[in-house]
Amino acid sequence: MTERRFPAAAWATAFRGIAWRETLRFVQQRGRFLAALVRPLVWLFIFAAGFRAVLGLSITPPYQTYVLYEVYVTPGLVAMIQLFNGMQSSLSMVYDRETGAMRTLLVSPFPRWFLLGSKLMAGVIVSIIQAYAFLAIAWFWDIRPPAWGYVAVLPALVLSGLMLGALGLFLSSAIRQLENFAGVMNFVIFPMFFASSALYPLWRMQESSPLLHDICAANPFTYAVELIRFALYLEMNWPAFGVVAGCLAVFFGAAVFMYDPAKGLWARRKERG
Amino acid sequence: MDALRITGLSHHFGSTQALDDVSLTVPRGSFTALLGVNGAGKTTLFSLVTRLYSNVSGSIEVAGFDLRRQPAQAMARLGVVFQSRALDADLSVAQNLAYHAALHGIGRRAARARIAQVLAQVGLEERAGDRVSALSGGQQRRAEIARALIHSPDLLLLDEATVGLDVKSRAEVLALTRRLIASGGVSALWATHILDEIQGDDDLVILHKGRVLSSGKTAAIAGPSGLTQTFLSLTGAAA
Repeated sequence: MTERRFPAAAWATAFRGIAWRETLRFVQQRGRFLAALVRPLVWLFIFAAGFRAVLGLSITPPYQTYVLYEVYVTPGLVAMIQLFNGMQSSLSMVYDRETGAMRTLLVSPFPRWFLLGSKLMAGVIVSIIQAYAFLAIAWFWDIRPPAWGYVAVLPALVLSGLMLGALGLFLSSAIRQLENFAGVMNFVIFPMFFASSALYPLWRMQESSPLLHDICAANPFTYAVELIRFALYLEMNWPAFGVVAGCLAVFFGAAVFMYDPAKGLWARRKERG
Repeated sequence: MDALRITGLSHHFGSTQALDDVSLTVPRGSFTALLGVNGAGKTTLFSLVTRLYSNVSGSIEVAGFDLRRQPAQAMARLGVVFQSRALDADLSVAQNLAYHAALHGIGRRAARARIAQVLAQVGLEERAGDRVSALSGGQQRRAEIARALIHSPDLLLLDEATVGLDVKSRAEVLALTRRLIASGGVSALWATHILDEIQGDDDLVILHKGRVLSSGKTAAIAGPSGLTQTFLSLTGAAA
């Protein structure tokens, strides 16, 4: 029997089980939900309100008119939720590995790519719940994209969430201990967020520093932000879609490689006994 | 057919040889003790059998299924109790078991029935709704065994399952494992460094520095000088 011999219902059951566990853990960690919401809201209510007065924005696609800075920054903050969630998943993987819970997952008879992919998708579902909660609050702050934009943004959130989650998954394979997670904050989350189009349009970057502009243009997070921004305003940004999909394939492939028993992380680990 | 058959298995970490041409069998329905001091290679062996590491030399068959060529079938017949805790302490016992059942593709209704069954087997039916963190060390170990049994495996791998337990809990976990084997349907490979846990009619494999020094019935290996003396003499000679 090969892995293909599992009935479809068994694959669905395994995925549901992994998604259910992630959701259950998320629901039990109310502080995590609040933190995930408060972070972008602080940016929206305080940072964006302050910058509104000093930062002028010209009409740039997908916007048809001049928009307030709060409107501009909202898709970036949605992507920020997914970025933090992806790194949170990475933290959770390292924690699971340290406590031994990871082994329970990896000794399942289902193939490892499927187990990791299911865990990734489960994390994305959680991030999408957070993103919509943020968008709902932002609506009361007069940030109101077209009604269908809330529907159109869903596939963009899935794709960008998968890419950022896959990056987190890959990083989790390289992080040896929970204590090293601070390094991820300093070297991954902050640079990715600030060196992107989440807070300022790329043409603004070009004006102040061409080098910084190039760095932002090479940052996959920029494309996640733009994919979400365009989808929220019922437009498709194909270059952003291509970059996000490509990065997803690369990050997920690297994560599967690192978790392969014959290669990567597990092949290097040595335990006593 | 044996529950587990390992032939010519070797593994190294860099220049360190962790296992060297290991061959052993766990006969169906047996309690096979894998005896070795810390660092003997027991956990490496378990990691290879559970596919946490990949075996590049030798072969591993679980219930007749080759781990490399038929991993899904082999893994479906394997239940594992790891040396370190593998349950989610924030979830209830039943939630942990439901999660593990799902990882084996067992549907919700079947899982509910099976959870009740295995919890009764390990004597934890009253604690199904309790968080794992609320259980004692011995109860957590029994919950781990219930988790390992949820998909009705042919072979239980228990890696130093009594480490950190008090004497009473240790005896309970050991007795439970023996009861499960006696009731039929499952075999066990019990890794330990505690000689008291092994009985004369158990199958025994002595592992030292990654090599099998002796295997067979415990009574036959121990001989008139007893297991402790024999073990010390074998491992001392191999030191």
